Amino acid sequence: MDLSYGEELESFRKEVQAFLAENWPPKGDGSRDDQTRAFRRTATEAGYLNRHIPKQYGGSEQPPDSMKGAVISEEFAKARAPMEPRGIGTMMLVPTLLERGEEWMKEKWVQATIEGDVTWCQGYSEPGSGSDLASLKTKGELVNGEWVINGQKIWTSSAMEADFMFCLVRTEPDAPKHAGISYLLIDMKQPGIDVRPLKQMTGSSEFNEVFFNDVKTPEDWIVGNRGEGWLVSRTTLKHERNGIGAAGQVVGLFNGLVSLAREKKIDGKPAIEDPSIRRGLAELEGYVKSHQYSGYLQMTKDLKGESAGVIQLMNKVNSTNMGNMAAKLAMEILGDDGIAAPDGRGLVGLASGTSDVDGLWTSQYMSSLGVAIAGGTANIQKNVIAERGFGLPRDAAAQRSK
Amino acid sequence: MDFDLSEEQQLLQETVAQFIENECPMARLRELFDDDSGFDPVLWKGLAEMGLAGIHLPGDLGGSELEILDLAVVAETLGAYAAPVPFLGHALATEAINRAGSDEQRSRMLPSLASGEHLATVAFAEDGGVWLPEQWTIAAPDGATGTISGTKEIVEFGEQADYFVVGLAGGRMAVVDRNAAGIEIQRYEGADRTRRLAIVTFENAECEVLENSDLETAGRVRDVGLVLVAADAFGGARKLVDMSVEYAKSREQFGVTIGHFQGLKHQLADMAIDIEPARALYWFAAHALDHAPDEAVRTAAIAKSHLCDRYSQIARDATEAHGGIGYTWEGDTQIWFKRAMQDRVFLGTPRLHRDRAAELAGW
Repeated sequence: MDLSYGEELESFRKEVQAFLAENWPPKGDGSRDDQTRAFRRTATEAGYLNRHIPKQYGGSEQPPDSMKGAVISEEFAKARAPMEPRGIGTMMLVPTLLERGEEWMKEKWVQATIEGDVTWCQGYSEPGSGSDLASLKTKGELVNGEWVINGQKIWTSSAMEADFMFCLVRTEPDAPKHAGISYLLIDMKQPGIDVRPLKQMTGSSEFNEVFFNDVKTPEDWIVGNRGEGWLVSRTTLKHERNGIGAAGQVVGLFNGLVSLAREKKIDGKPAIEDPSIRRGLAELEGYVKSHQYSGYLQMTKDLKGESAGVIQLMNKVNSTNMGNMAAKLAMEILGDDGIAAPDGRGLVGLASGTSDVDGLWTSQYMSSLGVAIAGGTANIQKNVIAERGFGLPRDAAAQRSK
Repeated sequence: MDFDLSEEQQLLQETVAQFIENECPMARLRELFDDDSGFDPVLWKGLAEMGLAGIHLPGDLGGSELEILDLAVVAETLGAYAAPVPFLGHALATEAINRAGSDEQRSRMLPSLASGEHLATVAFAEDGGVWLPEQWTIAAPDGATGTISGTKEIVEFGEQADYFVVGLAGGRMAVVDRNAAGIEIQRYEGADRTRRLAIVTFENAECEVLENSDLETAGRVRDVGLVLVAADAFGGARKLVDMSVEYAKSREQFGVTIGHFQGLKHQLADMAIDIEPARALYWFAAHALDHAPDEAVRTAAIAKSHLCDRYSQIARDATEAHGGIGYTWEGDTQIWFKRAMQDRVFLGTPRLHRDRAAELAGW
């Protein structure tokens, strides 16, 4: 075990620091948006951003190196400099296009997406297809050289603002369940698309319903062949993993909880002096630290090209569990303030600093459940752990509906 | 950055596992579990011959001069097999002598302990949940030698040990020979029958004070102990998950293996989710004791509390997952269940160390 970064990485760190000292915060005039955009370009040219994207599509095309990636993230965070825009387009669609897309698709969309000129939403879940996503029914028919799409998607983040959607559509109604789906790209700004926001229990609207009524998309706006959409969507999922980044959020949540306990009072004294709160925090910290060091362990295994084993299947449930524990502890700390209406900005608001601390934590009390449900409920994750991790038999119903 | 065990450490674990599988398979473990003394000198000698009695001790005194992480990975493996050996007490007693003894004391005392010729253990606990060096009450003699009076509890393998390292007021530590006059060793029937306990009473018993012992060196011994117990708990809890999964694959009801049923699958998944990430916690806590002194003390406290709570809960879950057989003496899970009880208490309960962790964080 050696937790130092080594000489080569430390000299790389100095390079990054020197670059940031020179370029961030930006000097001169201009809107913050323009400055951020210009900075991202410079940082990409220097090889620090968009590292896995070929130069011809606007990236910096660096050899994969998660340690250098970690150093860059650390230094950019310290300097509060912007990294790549985080969005479903950069995180999910771009890697998929790079792996499975046609040349013209990469040229048309990759650079525009990573520079933030084009935004995307994801059309996967449907009202009747949640955990059993492959049972989706939204229909695509080829009529006179274009796809005509009818049906409904749900839980679609950013559907209001997005320019395009990458969407799973049933195009081969006679094929077996998984083999009847295609991965289509759809222009969101066209008649026949109706986006209705879903108001969450927190009061804010991050998700939408999207209705398709004879929506059109060109015949060649398909990634992979007809009927390969399920496989194409799986290629995307493997790009999602990022042990350390995920642990960072949990650590941030924990630190926020400690700050809250310093601010709030129980029996006239700071909550942090209350024995049950102190023990609760120390107990949660056991989970947080385990998760954090597990991230290092998984990254090391990744670097060596070895499997980290069953733990890889657990990260999501783990974060969810910690979110739930934090929510309950926050309620203990808040006391009567735990009655406050939620501030829908949740943890984003927490990071940006706000006076409505109570509302942020009552919001976290609710949104931690949203995290538990989104992207596969904890119950489904546990099936995966038991079946793929332990080799227990598959659920009989899931087996039958192949 | 390499957050992983070295090949040597992995090999060490495999070698110890192989040895226990050969020399103390389940049938032998059950014999010792039901045995009156619960101690197998040949088994311990065998481990000592592999170097396990002196992993962390200096090479010129017969040790292997390795790190606390090496000691901890062995503790994990012994925990996984619920090995009925006096590894923990011996490791802590020798760590105390090595850290707090003068050069003369170390070179006189350690060689026969590193080779396993003699067995040592620690006598730290006092009545009422006293474990911490700053709480120890037995007065230290003024000089390098002298006598002590008082009672120590929860002394692992106290009936077998040749030497006791006794915690004294002010974090001083002294070595007492079991044959000294004024020492009374009384068996204590603990639940865990893989690591037997004794109450040791000293009445004007002759002792030799470890010359450099103080709150700092005693604290170091405490922290090494916390990490080794955490490692034992990790090994045991992981083993219980494996045993429960295996049982789910073999036991049949309604014409299928019970592993088909989602209720059980989720229980098993929850057990694994609870314990699996904690491997990295005990690794880091062990590593920190040699390489990250600023974080070591607090991380050891967090790791001990966390792992022992996880082990206790998983022991309950595993018992349930085994159905009726899990509740019997004949069933195997009870062996680990009871080991979890002792891990939880030994060196202080989770509550004690969470309170320390809160204090150390400046909360």
